[in-house]
Amino acid sequence: MPARVVKKRRRKLAQSSRALGNGKRLKVEDSARLAVSLPSRPTWPYVPAPETHDYIKLAPRYELFVGGKWLTPKSDRHFASINPATEDVLTHVADASSEDVDGAVRAARVAYEKYWRRCPGRERAKYLYRIARAITERSRELAVLESLDTGKPIRESRDFDIPLAAAHFFYYAGWADKLEWAFPNMTPRPLGVAGQIIPWNFPLLMAAWKIAPALACGNTVVLKPAETTPLSALWLAEIIQHADLPPGVVNIITGGPETGAALVRQPQLDKIAFTGSTEVGKEIARECARLHRRVTLELGGKAANIVFDDAPIDQAIEGIINGIFFNQGHVCCAGSRLLVQESVLDLVVHKLSRRMQTLRVGQPLDKNTDVGAINSKAQLEKITALADTGEASGCTRYETKCALPARGFWFRPTFFTGVSLSHRIAQEEIFGPVLSVMTFRTPDEAVEKANNTKYGLSAGVWTDKGSKNFKIVSQLRAGVVWANTYNKFDPSSPFGGYKESGFGREGGVHGLLPYLER
Amino acid sequence: MATRAVVRKTHKLYIGGAFVRSESGRTFPLSSHGQVVQIARASRKDVRDAVRAARTAWPSWRDRSAYNRGQIVYRLAEIIESRRDQFVDTLRVTGSALGAAEKEVSAAIDRIVWYAGWCDKIEQLLSTKNPVGLSHFNVSSPEPTGVVGLVAPFEPGLIALISVVVPVLCGGNCAVVIASEREPLSAVAFAEAIVTADVPAGVVNILTGYRPETVPTLAGHMDVNALDLRIADEAQDAAAAQLACNNVKRVRRHGEPPNRFWYTGAAQGPDWIEAFMEIKTVWHPAGV
Repeated sequence: MPARVVKKRRRKLAQSSRALGNGKRLKVEDSARLAVSLPSRPTWPYVPAPETHDYIKLAPRYELFVGGKWLTPKSDRHFASINPATEDVLTHVADASSEDVDGAVRAARVAYEKYWRRCPGRERAKYLYRIARAITERSRELAVLESLDTGKPIRESRDFDIPLAAAHFFYYAGWADKLEWAFPNMTPRPLGVAGQIIPWNFPLLMAAWKIAPALACGNTVVLKPAETTPLSALWLAEIIQHADLPPGVVNIITGGPETGAALVRQPQLDKIAFTGSTEVGKEIARECARLHRRVTLELGGKAANIVFDDAPIDQAIEGIINGIFFNQGHVCCAGSRLLVQESVLDLVVHKLSRRMQTLRVGQPLDKNTDVGAINSKAQLEKITALADTGEASGCTRYETKCALPARGFWFRPTFFTGVSLSHRIAQEEIFGPVLSVMTFRTPDEAVEKANNTKYGLSAGVWTDKGSKNFKIVSQLRAGVVWANTYNKFDPSSPFGGYKESGFGREGGVHGLLPYLER
Repeated sequence: MATRAVVRKTHKLYIGGAFVRSESGRTFPLSSHGQVVQIARASRKDVRDAVRAARTAWPSWRDRSAYNRGQIVYRLAEIIESRRDQFVDTLRVTGSALGAAEKEVSAAIDRIVWYAGWCDKIEQLLSTKNPVGLSHFNVSSPEPTGVVGLVAPFEPGLIALISVVVPVLCGGNCAVVIASEREPLSAVAFAEAIVTADVPAGVVNILTGYRPETVPTLAGHMDVNALDLRIADEAQDAAAAQLACNNVKRVRRHGEPPNRFWYTGAAQGPDWIEAFMEIKTVWHPAGV
């Protein structure tokens, strides 16, 4: 770059930082002083506001939902599902063997041939509407159950997971009898039987994302929820039973990685849909390639959340917080890499650390809780180990000072500064409340850094300049881009990744394609 | 008087806009009409060079207006039409009857014209504005996936090659093509048309050679985003599809359909373009 251009750019940068800092660059100390000059307000401690959960009656153990019936697994093995916030055992669920997987696929095949492929779209629609309604009717108990099983705050399960799950069924119900209008010059035909494997971060919502479009398109399914969070899917099975869906249209089998592997290998399936880690996704893709089986994958991410110096900084702070601490950071599209334009770095870091300090970490069933429990011990160990590499490689760690409960799995909201692209915390998906802060000077550098990842699921852009926003958005290699917002979802809006974040879309009209013959 | 000796052509690879010999210095013989011609035999290194050329060319190809891409693709049809005798002769060298060769060239040209018009329409066809239940503006639209690796069927030499390459270009992708080792001459002629039609250097790269040498390198390459495999050999096809999982490539596998397939409406469609595009969804708050 010619020296003249460099000089010009530096001058511009200096101007923009002056604009923010009343003639001089804002430093942490300056803004701290500003904060002190505000009239001091009295603060009150929060009193506990627990959501009642004594009416949640869990059976001592749950079996496999196959062919419309509850079947004891051939192995007769069950494993515990625990509450990660207390480590108490909630109940026991069946561990499906490969024989059980075969049985479930057989049941789904029979249901496909006997009922579902002959069932007119308008009738399929009504069953899906029933499920949507039933989820809404039982939404509060489902929310409480979800929080008990996953450790996520009740505020999120109540206001996000459950209503959105119901909305997905409602949205795709309406497609079931309109598929002929979805794609020009295409006669829509179902694939047959789909095997679906979902993760532990949004158990009921992921079940809805998988089941609703599959059924709307006329497929039957065998769904395997994650080992640590099977309960809401089992309650969904009850809802489906009460909705009088023909037996075997939806089969739900619980188990660990071996159950999942048996499902992927099962010879009678027509399709696998998987949401989870890129590592497991690649193994599944290889197996499907060997079997010449259709597959769609929604895998990991390491999203860049880009903050320009002309961004609405206070809104951006909220977006950053939501982007990385929503659901304890157990979000594949979490904004886990914060890219801040150098001129506003100090301001953003200062504001972010102050805002983080107000996050309430604690009991998931407390209505004031912002950040709940880490989903499992294994995940807590993974997050801890990866975060430790941040310090080991010389990054500066900042974490909130809140007290953590004595039992259960917890991790303080954390961010690192001084991170560079080659650090593990900048490249690997942590899947926890840990943010890596990096900087950039020019828009080109922001795009380059944002795209410097094997992933491509999502990204965020913060700037009040419209034309810049459009340009940056178009250059980001990611399937979902949130501009001046973050972590927004809707059933009508397609979601899915570029590159190693997978392929296929869930949501919207595009979300029908993975379940239709082409 | 001595008869004039015909000037014969050296058949090379087409990488990054240049006609080059294989870096390995190897060729393979192709006999036709009692004459043997040598065809460049691409190495693994040639495949990697071609991928790099495609990746380098991609940002500029992607960022061109769809109208401009449409014009370039249409220009390709113009060039082939103006050289149809050459393309017919090339097909006849590898054994086509005159009528069949004429038919194949015409079908190929018509297919290119059909796709030229898609360049600036596919986005409208696949885009949606989504009625989200939040106070946000939300749109989804397709973008090119990047570098696409193509393994062309063994035959027919021209129409099948064009049917797989052109939709990939329409979507704004760059292509690395493993041409048919049985009918490589059409691929070389096609490369000469591409360069004349002002398709920018590196947007299409064409390699001739043997599949067992070239396909695994292309299929496992970490900077290739997608694959279109037209391989009848099931073991080879499955091996390539498995290698593709190294970086989660989008893979289309359709084997090698009978020759007549390529002349039907099923051998073209907007879904052929869409297969190598990614849907991007963008959210923005709406409010004052």
